[in-house]
Amino acid sequence: MTAPAPTAPDATPRWRRVRDHPATRFLVVRGLLHTAIVLLGVITVTFSLMLLVPGDPVRIALGTRYTQESYDALRAASGLDRPLLEQYLDYVLGAVRGDLGVSFRNGEPVTHVLLDRLPATASLALAGVLVGLLVAVPAGVYAALRNGRLADAVVRITSQVGVSVPDFWMGLLLITLFSATLGWLPSSGYVPFGEDPVEWARRLALPAVTVGLVAGSIMTRFVRAAVLDAIAAGWVRTARSKGLGRRVVLLRHILRNAVVPIVTIVGIQMATLLGGVIVVEVVFAWPGLGRLVYDSVTARDYPVIQGAVLLIAVLFLLINLLVDVIHTLVDPRIRNR
Amino acid sequence: MSTPLLRVRDLTVAAHGDPIVRGISFDVEDGQCLGIVGESGSGKSLTVLSATGLLEAPGLTIGGSSVLTDTTGATEIIGASRATLRGVHGPRVGFVFQDPGTSLNPLLDLERQLTEGPETHLGMTRRAARRHALELLEAVGIPDPEQRLRAFPHQLSGGQRQRVMIAIALACSPSLLVADEPTTALDVTTQAQILDLVRGMQDERGMAVVWISHDLGVVGQVADDVTVLLDGTAVEQRPVQEIFASPRADYTRTLLAARPTLGDPRPAPAADAEPVLRVADLDVSFAVRTRTGTRRIRAVRNVGFTVPRGHTLGIVGESGSGKSTIANVLTGQVRADAGTVRLHDADLLATRGADRRDLRRRVAMVFQDPFAALNPRATVERSVSEPLRVHGLATGPERTRRVADLLGQVELPADFAARYPHELSGGQRQRVCIARALACEPDVLILDESTASLDVSIQARVVDLLLRLQEELGLTYVFIAHDLAVVEQISHEVLVMRRGETVEQGPARAVLSDPSHPYTRELLAAIPPAEPRVRSSAP
Amino acid sequence: MTSTRPSTRPSTRPSALRLLLRNRVSLLGCLILAAVVLAAVVGPWLSPYDPNATDVGNALRAPGAEHWLGTDQLGRDVLSRIVAASQVSLRVAVVSVSIALVLGVGIGLLAGYARGAADAVLMRLVDVMFAFPVLLLALAIVAVLGPGLNSAIIAIGVVYTPIFARVARASTLSVREEPFVKASLTMGTGHAYVLRHHVLPNISGPVIVQTSLSLAFAILSEAALSFLGLGVQPPQPSWGRMLFEAQGFVGQAWWMSVFPGAAIFVTTLAFNLVGDGLREVLDPARRTALAAQGGRS
Repeated sequence: MTAPAPTAPDATPRWRRVRDHPATRFLVVRGLLHTAIVLLGVITVTFSLMLLVPGDPVRIALGTRYTQESYDALRAASGLDRPLLEQYLDYVLGAVRGDLGVSFRNGEPVTHVLLDRLPATASLALAGVLVGLLVAVPAGVYAALRNGRLADAVVRITSQVGVSVPDFWMGLLLITLFSATLGWLPSSGYVPFGEDPVEWARRLALPAVTVGLVAGSIMTRFVRAAVLDAIAAGWVRTARSKGLGRRVVLLRHILRNAVVPIVTIVGIQMATLLGGVIVVEVVFAWPGLGRLVYDSVTARDYPVIQGAVLLIAVLFLLINLLVDVIHTLVDPRIRNR
Repeated sequence: MSTPLLRVRDLTVAAHGDPIVRGISFDVEDGQCLGIVGESGSGKSLTVLSATGLLEAPGLTIGGSSVLTDTTGATEIIGASRATLRGVHGPRVGFVFQDPGTSLNPLLDLERQLTEGPETHLGMTRRAARRHALELLEAVGIPDPEQRLRAFPHQLSGGQRQRVMIAIALACSPSLLVADEPTTALDVTTQAQILDLVRGMQDERGMAVVWISHDLGVVGQVADDVTVLLDGTAVEQRPVQEIFASPRADYTRTLLAARPTLGDPRPAPAADAEPVLRVADLDVSFAVRTRTGTRRIRAVRNVGFTVPRGHTLGIVGESGSGKSTIANVLTGQVRADAGTVRLHDADLLATRGADRRDLRRRVAMVFQDPFAALNPRATVERSVSEPLRVHGLATGPERTRRVADLLGQVELPADFAARYPHELSGGQRQRVCIARALACEPDVLILDESTASLDVSIQARVVDLLLRLQEELGLTYVFIAHDLAVVEQISHEVLVMRRGETVEQGPARAVLSDPSHPYTRELLAAIPPAEPRVRSSAP
Repeated sequence: MTSTRPSTRPSTRPSALRLLLRNRVSLLGCLILAAVVLAAVVGPWLSPYDPNATDVGNALRAPGAEHWLGTDQLGRDVLSRIVAASQVSLRVAVVSVSIALVLGVGIGLLAGYARGAADAVLMRLVDVMFAFPVLLLALAIVAVLGPGLNSAIIAIGVVYTPIFARVARASTLSVREEPFVKASLTMGTGHAYVLRHHVLPNISGPVIVQTSLSLAFAILSEAALSFLGLGVQPPQPSWGRMLFEAQGFVGQAWWMSVFPGAAIFVTTLAFNLVGDGLREVLDPARRTALAAQGGRS
């Protein structure tokens, strides 16, 4: 971003000018509307999960604990004894208010269960994306600048390897090496940041590197492609024809224009990791959303599965919205068409 | 004799070992304009961009010498370090490129794009550079520069963008301006303005210009000397007057002869021919989404014309005039709001069902871009025979024979049937497109800029082919084009459009030699004349 | 304008396969794939042991002359199990991606060609599907259908459908605007003919590339589901399940996790390399546009 010119008659910072622009407001409104429609679809899909279960979900969930009383109690508590339409409307309204029903397992409100697990997953997702970016941006930019040469080939093949490695296998290998063999780092568990920041970081290290390397490999490929596209643009030739320094050309004319696709992929990766790198969480006994989903699937705790799936989809939509806002800030063509 | 500003000797460029530029030498004298002319693939841009050190691509090897000598000193460009070249680009050589749509960074406002050069090279402060940028915008004729400094490229028209590009190129007062096809993507009237602007700037600043173009007419208007390129070699290098008056190389003669020029209208055919296509009171509008809602743009307003059998109607206009919309209505791609289109006695717009399909067949179209108009995955045989299949006009061996006949009609060998489009040249592809249109056995052929994207020498041959086919088959043409000279070659009647409305219509001879409307006169005046400009300031 | 056009067109079509094999990296991918397919087909006759034969006396043997890749906690031969599992993995991947391909391309073709309301509705549906991370959605589907091979196939097929829909729609939208499609329509050609002869062949490049990449991701997804015990059910061997069992022996029997994981990795890598090669060969100009679709679990 460039600082506003000192002599510019309008001294309002650019971000405020953008924010107050009618087009921005329109775009945000339209984005919200679109998100709302998709959200309703997402809630509907989540709701219908339980309907699709062959047989009676409550009965399946109770399994060997089944008695007529416990059955009736659970059914009533979950509102499953009422007409379908009423259940649906109730679910939608409840979901909007943050009420996602109660767990089949222990009768705890699903929202509590989810919020309990969110910090662990958020730590892992943020750390993973951070590790990924630290790998992807330098590697992707460098490969693009050395397009077609040896360094490019090395980065491309390495990233291809990273994309192809099953993340849970990489987790197992890292545990084998750093925990079982070298004994440097703990192999499992989570400690909240507030309790012990050092232990939090030590426990986060292996899972974060595991997901970060895979996410980083994916992002490397996108960064490289985005930068390659930007390099080929006519205005980069114009910039060179002005005799600008290499750094200015790279930062102002190449990377700045590659930001939009890069932000998009970072958003997707962030959402994916928030959505639970389920298997990695299982491998590292990480008490996040992914682990929760897995446990709930095993226990057939459908309300929790529904709630987790819904929460993750909502997070995805929110991140998308954020990505759109960033696009609007960066690209004047989106602001005022 | 003084040292030339740019002295290029034995310049060679090879891509992965294949020579593209094969030893070209030329001089650019201080304050003079050198025109570099050639058709596509002649290596004209490669030559100039490598001689000025802007070419940078893996796999390219550049040889020879190119020395830039100005007040700063003498610099060898070929093989120079990046740091040296950065000192050359901007303060000593400025560049303007073909496509103003992609030459400017869409994410930066004009101020940033105009000031970064002077800040780097002239050591200007942000404030001084901004003042300088204002002067530059004013000089290149951008209205309200103070306001425009904050604008982004997408808020400007194509002509304005090219003006800004020129301002950027001139920002550090270079002694040489390289203009690479700077008017090719623009309308004729805009082209004329840009030509004027560059000439004015050149006279005012006394700088030298290298102007690259495929168009001899344009070069004739700006250049003092001309270098004609063919396949990476210079076939002729002489002062512009001599090139036009007494070309020595065969290729130069071909180029000059192929160039469509005004003043040679087509003789009028028999006047009593029956009308084939009658269009009346045509209105077309489009819904355009803006941020405040949907708005309707009236693309065509109240247009009408009649084309008799065997005649050609030329529809002329600049981009946005609505001329292509008419083609789309005639071929059923766009629905008209009002008006009638009659083919003989049938109503083209109202007919439905099987009759409609047959009517579609009888109005065939040839598109502008022959590269895009053929399915890249289909053989020539498949493409040309498609109308035969779809309308059941021929089957089995009969179909194969028809395809061979059609290829013969457009002067292509029959064994081309097995080829894929990428194995053909541009002119050959356009012939295939014409053959496909003829396969429909049409009454009317719509030619929408059908020759516009071809090189001049090929364009001339395609025009000849079209004229011959019209004679032989008694076809009726609607020829849509922006190039008045080509329109004159092929049309009997002309209709001039601007912003969706008819400006003037009538016999080609009358409209083009004695236009009654000022817009038609403006269009005609904007066409580069057949003869080169005599430069008053020439030494 | 004229001068730049020809070079941007993809070149020769008939020799696409040859071009693919000329690239050393893609050739490597093709060779690995051929080996995996060969192992899946003739492996059962060649493998030294019955993949499910337990031999507790020989449990947790390190790789050696008798058991090239060692044995697991029940004394089963790791190599024989890996070979047997390759068949299952490939079958799940191929069947599920075929489902996704047919559904997705159908939806995308319809949406992109019809545009308007049909497009809006179909694409909102795809947006909804996209809001769920791939593995999560697969897990939810398996939760509904119950664990098992068929559930895994259906789940993976469903979760990869939207990607195909997006790729097919994007290509259809651009091909639909090509003059050769307009040319065909102006001649009075019907929509079915245009779809079949003009649109479908010209969107096949991106779709083929996506197919190869999706096969890679399907292998990974199947492994993940089986790892969680929700895909292939014991005693049928599967790479993911073998890794799950290896978890308990991380310190004592590295071969139990290294080799099955390597099998997944190598197969996935091969599909990715081939997909990448295909992208270069079939559609060099659309590199980024396509890459933007290739998201992963």
